[in-house]
Amino acid sequence: MSKEKLQSHAVQTTGHAWDGDLQEYNNPLPRWWVWAFYLTIVFALVYWVLYPAWPLGKGYTTGIAKVTYVNSKGETVTTHWNTRADLMAEMNAAAKAQKPYYDKIAALPLEQIAKDPELNSFVISAGKQLFGDNCAACHQAGGQGVVGLFPNLTDDDWLYGGTLEKIQETITYGRRGFMPAFGSVFTPEQIDQLANYVLSLSGEKVDAVKAQAGNALFHSMDAMCFYCHGDDAKGRQDVGAPNLTDKIWLWAKVPAADTPEKKVEAVKTVITQGLGKGVMPAWKDRLKPEQIKLLAVYVHELGGGK
Amino acid sequence: MQAGIEEQSALYEKRIPIFPRAVKGRFRRFKWGVLILAYSVFFGLVWLPWPRHDGPSQAVMFDLVHRKFYIFGLVAYPQDLIVWLGLLLFIAAALLFFVTALVGRAFCGYFCFQTLWTDFFVWIENLIQGDRPKRVRLYKQPWNREKILKLGTTHFVWLLVSFWTAFTFAAYFTYAPELVRDFFTGQAHPAAYATVLILTLTTYVAAGLGREQICMYVCPYARFQSVMYDPETLVVTYDEKRGDGRMGRAPLRPGAKTREERRAKGYGDCIDCTLCVQVCPVGIDIRNGLQYPCISCGLCIDACDGVMDSIGFPRGLIRYDCEVNIKSPAPGKPHLHWKRLKVIGYGLAVVVMSALLVHSIANRSDLEQAVTQVRQPLYVVLSDGQIRNRYQIRLANRSDHAETYALGVRGIPAQAADFGNFQEVTVKPDQSILVQVSVKLPPEAAMRVESFEFTITPRSRPAEVHVSPARFYGPHS
Ligand code: SF4
Ligand code: SF4
Repeated sequence: MSKEKLQSHAVQTTGHAWDGDLQEYNNPLPRWWVWAFYLTIVFALVYWVLYPAWPLGKGYTTGIAKVTYVNSKGETVTTHWNTRADLMAEMNAAAKAQKPYYDKIAALPLEQIAKDPELNSFVISAGKQLFGDNCAACHQAGGQGVVGLFPNLTDDDWLYGGTLEKIQETITYGRRGFMPAFGSVFTPEQIDQLANYVLSLSGEKVDAVKAQAGNALFHSMDAMCFYCHGDDAKGRQDVGAPNLTDKIWLWAKVPAADTPEKKVEAVKTVITQGLGKGVMPAWKDRLKPEQIKLLAVYVHELGGGK
Repeated sequence: MQAGIEEQSALYEKRIPIFPRAVKGRFRRFKWGVLILAYSVFFGLVWLPWPRHDGPSQAVMFDLVHRKFYIFGLVAYPQDLIVWLGLLLFIAAALLFFVTALVGRAFCGYFCFQTLWTDFFVWIENLIQGDRPKRVRLYKQPWNREKILKLGTTHFVWLLVSFWTAFTFAAYFTYAPELVRDFFTGQAHPAAYATVLILTLTTYVAAGLGREQICMYVCPYARFQSVMYDPETLVVTYDEKRGDGRMGRAPLRPGAKTREERRAKGYGDCIDCTLCVQVCPVGIDIRNGLQYPCISCGLCIDACDGVMDSIGFPRGLIRYDCEVNIKSPAPGKPHLHWKRLKVIGYGLAVVVMSALLVHSIANRSDLEQAVTQVRQPLYVVLSDGQIRNRYQIRLANRSDHAETYALGVRGIPAQAADFGNFQEVTVKPDQSILVQVSVKLPPEAAMRVESFEFTITPRSRPAEVHVSPARFYGPHS
């Protein structure tokens, strides 16, 4: 075909013709599209300059954007932009925002902290965090503990005392609870009697005759149970001996037992084997004093304190 | 051929420049009135001081960072604002429909930001380059000193106005005097610079370069308003019967000067001076009938009324009138047709929603409380066998003074609830406080009681008792 004929269309072609009349239209891209494309190129260039982008063997281009933060050693670090440094900088900012509260906590006596509505609100929210990070592994997220392993902090029974000061002391220095094993000291029958007596103290259904014998044993110089648990069996907080007359059980898995026999069994197990695992670690080297103070108030409020 | 390609790939038709002529008249005066009012509010309000015991002393400020919105004596929070904004949007929409059904695109012509800013920009253009004939000449003449100077100055002033518009907008979101200082010393937040930059550019482009194109191609409202037009809607119309007559329009010339002469020859009243076309900011000829780009600004009415006055013909060749009237054999005086179901419906919606909004603002509580139950553990058995549940109460004081709240319970004995140190708690303005409460019930009561209520009473308004329901869980529930 003649050249004129080929180009007589309204649309421009690339000017090539194959097989006689096969042509290619020359339809340019819309202008806005082209500009948008150029813009993405510019964006990419700016990005390369600012942020980490290109791999270079073992390293990479770091870009000129910088983040400054204070690391755990207290050194001010300035590094190329990356999400981790960004996070550190944000954490620092958060810690800074908490500082005035912690300063106040450090300066005030425990009672005052619990009485100041603003500080107390901070204790409730920050305490939850701190407790979750440090204490919840044993005492559970809500402080409810695990029967037989870790004490419940939300009830009103305190082995070592539930005042603010006592709780602070417990967290700071830790505790070590111990009860000797009586399995080799007493006959199985005596242990049975003791268990019945101990259960009777909490108002459980027991064999009255056995319980009476257990009572005698409890207060005898042979067993010396009263030495730790007290004459009235109400325990001694200075040695961490539990009150046996309340309805709260930590070591003997009484709440989980559904029959009187199983309850007796649960108490017998404790008397026979004794206890050496009531260990609460000391936190004085792991937490700052004001953090411990805050936790003391928090824990005190979990259980209503004493 | 090249032109053919251009046409195919171009996104829009090349703009035909419009040089609106300045005009005097009622609608022009009304437009200036609205513009001055709107500008004084927008540019002035942000500088109005408003003493507050805390927070900024600025009458209107939207503090996004602290999520507080100061509107004169009112401090609103996002949760209020969601409701109020919803209502406000609804009212605005209903009002728009109401007005459109009555008088067409009145919003477009007099109140729209695009119109206001374009109007002002054209005024600047007019001031620097002269009126329409001069601007047309300037446009056509080759680039020389005069053209560069005049156009350059115009664009420079436009940019200044755009900048101040953008800056003012940004100042609504932070304490304005502080922003001025920080902005010009390079210490303002990057977001402030970004906002100002973007808004400066968009204002400049929309009001300086885009103008009527925004109304015609960008604005979505222009596209659906025709739905709201009725034959009874008042719109800017050219009275074709009167203007064109039997034989069409004719310039004033000997033998066709008075109305009687023109009647006799069959000519209408329109003397084809094209002033109505020259003043039109969207560049249309209203004599071709109602067209979608017409923004109802009424400037053509002003222009034609002026012409009619000068030649001693009655006014109103171009006027606000409705289709029914204009088309009727014996047109009456134009008037508002408000006795229509649609108009009354929209009107009612506006009134009801406005009442709701006022009620909602007036009855906003100064206290925001939330009671949450501590669910870990759900309940605790105490040493004496009692069952204890624990709750957290959050009290947020939204008033402008410190308030003391007395806490109490209903539905269980008062001594069952232990509020610790906070039976009464004082909360500073704009602060919130968490209070822990433990509720202790003997086992029998714990089995019976499933729910009760907390009461929170502000000391300064003992009659205003806020009640929050709570549940009680025991071993058997
Ligand atoms: S036709 Fe008249 S009312 Fe419509 S936009 Fe133009 S000047 Fe304004
Ligand atoms: S201003 Fe009036 S008289 Fe002049 S052309 Fe327009 S309609 Fe006709």
